[in-house]
Amino acid sequence: MQGPPSPLTRRSLLGGSLALAGAAATSCALPVGLGSSRTRVQYWHFLGASDGIIMNQLVQAFGRANPDIFVEENVLAWGEPFYTKVAMAGSGGRSPDLATFHLARLAGIGAGAILDPINVRLLEEAGLRGADFSPPIWERAHLDGVLYAIPFDAHPMVQYYNTDICAKAGLLDSGGKLAPTEGEDGLIAMLRKAKDAMGGRPPLAFDALGLGTVGPWRVWGSLYPQSGGTLLSPDGTTIAIDDAKALAALRLMARLGKEGLCDWRTDYGASVAKFTNGEAAFLWNGDWEVTGLKERGTPFGMTRFPSVFGSGAAQADCHSFVLPHQRDRDPEVERATYRFIAHLVKHSADWAVAGHVPAYLPALEEPGYLALHPQSEYRSVVTEVALDPQVWFAGSASRLWIEFGEAFSPVISGERSPEDGLAAAKASLSRLLAAPNPFPRQER
Amino acid sequence: MTTAVAAPAAAPPAAEAKVRHAWTQHGLLFVVPFLAVYLAFLVWPVVLGVRMSLSSVNIAGTNDRFVGFGNYAEAFGDPRMWRSLWNTLVFTALSTVPLVLLGLALALLVHHLRFVQWLWRLSFFGPFLLPSAVVSLLWLQMIYPPGYGLINGTFGLDVLWLGDPSVAMWSVVLTTVWWTVGFNFLLYLAALQSIPHHLYEAAALDGAGAWARLRSITLPMLGRTTALIVVLQLLASLKVFDQIYLMTGGGPQDSTRPIIEYAYDVGFTGYRIGYASAVSYILFAIIVVVSLAQLRLFRKRAEDS
Repeated sequence: MQGPPSPLTRRSLLGGSLALAGAAATSCALPVGLGSSRTRVQYWHFLGASDGIIMNQLVQAFGRANPDIFVEENVLAWGEPFYTKVAMAGSGGRSPDLATFHLARLAGIGAGAILDPINVRLLEEAGLRGADFSPPIWERAHLDGVLYAIPFDAHPMVQYYNTDICAKAGLLDSGGKLAPTEGEDGLIAMLRKAKDAMGGRPPLAFDALGLGTVGPWRVWGSLYPQSGGTLLSPDGTTIAIDDAKALAALRLMARLGKEGLCDWRTDYGASVAKFTNGEAAFLWNGDWEVTGLKERGTPFGMTRFPSVFGSGAAQADCHSFVLPHQRDRDPEVERATYRFIAHLVKHSADWAVAGHVPAYLPALEEPGYLALHPQSEYRSVVTEVALDPQVWFAGSASRLWIEFGEAFSPVISGERSPEDGLAAAKASLSRLLAAPNPFPRQER
Repeated sequence: MTTAVAAPAAAPPAAEAKVRHAWTQHGLLFVVPFLAVYLAFLVWPVVLGVRMSLSSVNIAGTNDRFVGFGNYAEAFGDPRMWRSLWNTLVFTALSTVPLVLLGLALALLVHHLRFVQWLWRLSFFGPFLLPSAVVSLLWLQMIYPPGYGLINGTFGLDVLWLGDPSVAMWSVVLTTVWWTVGFNFLLYLAALQSIPHHLYEAAALDGAGAWARLRSITLPMLGRTTALIVVLQLLASLKVFDQIYLMTGGGPQDSTRPIIEYAYDVGFTGYRIGYASAVSYILFAIIVVVSLAQLRLFRKRAEDS
C-alpha cells in the first residue's frame, strides 16, 4: 500500500522557499559570493545558553585554523521545535550540512529518511575512529548496524554541592572535596547533617514540579538503573520494569520529600536559584549549569550522582552530530563537514568547559581537561551512563521524559503513593508502546 | 389545454430567472477574489486535513498510509483524549459564566459611575490589550509561584496554584477571566449606552424602582448583545490553548490540558500528524454542533419576537 515518498512534496516546496527567503535575507553577511574560494558548511545547533557561547568560540577557532572553510552557524531553539525543524528539513532533502542531536532521540526521528548515514571512510580520513569513543555511546550512535551520529559528549545527572555549607556540616574531606556516600543510609545521613547545618531547612534541591518538568524522571532514571533495572525488553516492545527495584527508588524519593530532606516545592528555575543563593546545600541537575554557577560566584563543587542502589549510574543523554538528509550532497562540502566535525571532537576538552563529559576518550586524558575543575571530577561516569531505551518516544524533551516526570512529581510531594506513581508511569509507558511509531522501520 | 395555460404562466418566472442570472454573473466577478482565497486557504486545507486524519502520515510527510477510521477509533479509545476533551468542556463552563456575568456587572457599574469613567474603562479593558504570553508570564512568575508569589505572599497562604491538580484549572480560569473580561465589558457598555434614555424616564414616571428598571428594560434590551457575547465566549473558550500551554503545559497530571494542546502534543512532540488531525476534527465537529445549536436557538428567538 505504501508508495515511495514523492520527491517534491508541498511541505518541502514550502520549506525550500522559506529557506531561500532566509538565505536571501542573510546573504549579505555570507562570504560565498562569486570569487570566494571558501567552502560553506551550514551548521544548525540548539546550544543557546552558556554552552552556546563555548560552541561559538569553537566555531571561530576552527575558522581561524581552516581559512578555506566557512561554517555558517545557525542557533535554533532547543527541544521540540528543533526536532520538528530537522524532521521537516530532512524530509525535503535540502537541509543543512550538519546538525547537533540528542543521541537518545535517534531512534525516533526516522534515520534513513530524515538523517543520512555517516560515511565511516570519510570520518577516518578526517582522523576519527570508532575505537576513540566511549563504547556504550558509540554503540548508541548506530541503528541496525548503521552509524547515524558522531557522539560528542555525555551530559549526565550530577550532584552539585555548596562547599561552605558542606564544610560547616563536616561533609568535606581533607582536600576540601565532598566525601562520597554509599547506599541509602549514607545518602540520608549526609543530607541530615547538611539539614542540621542549615537550621533545619531542606538541604537538597532539584526540579521536582512545574511546567513540563522532567526532574523527577531524571532522579528516578538515575536511581532505578543503579540496581540493574531496565524499562523495556531488549527489543523495546514490552515493559520490563522490575517493580521491587522501581519502588525502592520511588520510596527513597518519597522519603526525601517527607523527611524534609529535599524541597519538593521547587521547579527548575527555583531549584537552581536556591542553590545559587546558598539556600540549598545540594543540587541534582544536569552538568550544564556549571558555567552559570561559576559566573555568579557560588562556592560549589561537583561530584557524580550519589551511588545508592549498587552502581553509580546516572541518567544521561549525549550530544552528537548528524547529517540531515540531502538529495545531492556536494562532495567538497561533505569533506569540509567531516573536517569540521573532527576538529570539534578533537577539541572536546575545550567543549568540556560547558560542563559536558567528552565522549572522545583521548580528550579525557588530556592535561587541559584534567585541569578543569570541577568538570573533570565526574568524568568517570561516562562508562556508567544510564541511557534511554532505543524507542521512538525516548530522548531529551520526549513524551517519555515528560510523562514520567508527571507521574513521579506527586510521589516526591507525598500526594501520591510510590505504588500509584509507578502504576501511572507504567500506564504511560504502555500507551506509548501501543501508539504506532510515526517513523516505522520500513521507512529506513 | 395544459400547455396553453402553462406557457404564459411560466413566462414571467423565466424572465425573472434571467435577470437574476445576470445579476449572479456580475456578482460572481466581485466575489471571485474572496472566493479564491476562501477556497485555497480554508476549504482546501479542511479537505486536506480530513484526508490526513485518515492516514498515518508523520510530521515529515512520510509514512503516508491510508488507515481509514483507525485514528478516530484510537482517539475514541484514548483516555487522554477524553480527559483533554473533558478539560476543555470544564474550562468552557467555568470561564463562560463569570466572563458573561462579570462583564455585565462591570458594565453596569461603570455606566452608573459618573466620575472618572475613563479610568474604570481603562482598568477593566487594559488587561485585554496584553498579549497572552505577557499575561501568562505575569501570573506564572509573579502571582502564582508557590513560595514568593503575590497571592501566597500577601495572604500568607501556602497554595500550589498551578501545581495542585485540584486547583490548577481554577487558577487558569481566574487568569483568563482577569485577562479577557474587558472585551465583554466593552460590548455591554456600548449596548447600555445605546438604550434610549426616555424608556427609563417613562418607567420612572410609572414608579418603577431601580430593580424593576433593570429587569424590565435593561436586561431585555441587552438580549441581543448577551446572545452575541455568549456565542463568542463559548467559541473562544472551546478553543483555549495559549495561556494553558504557557502556564501549565497541560499539567499537573493532565488536569488542565485542553484538547487543542493534546492535538499539538501528539502532532508536534509525537510526530503523528495523522492522529493529531483526527483529534482536531473531533473538536471541530463539537464546535460545529455548538454553533448550529446556537444558530437554531437564535433563529427561534427571532421568530418568536
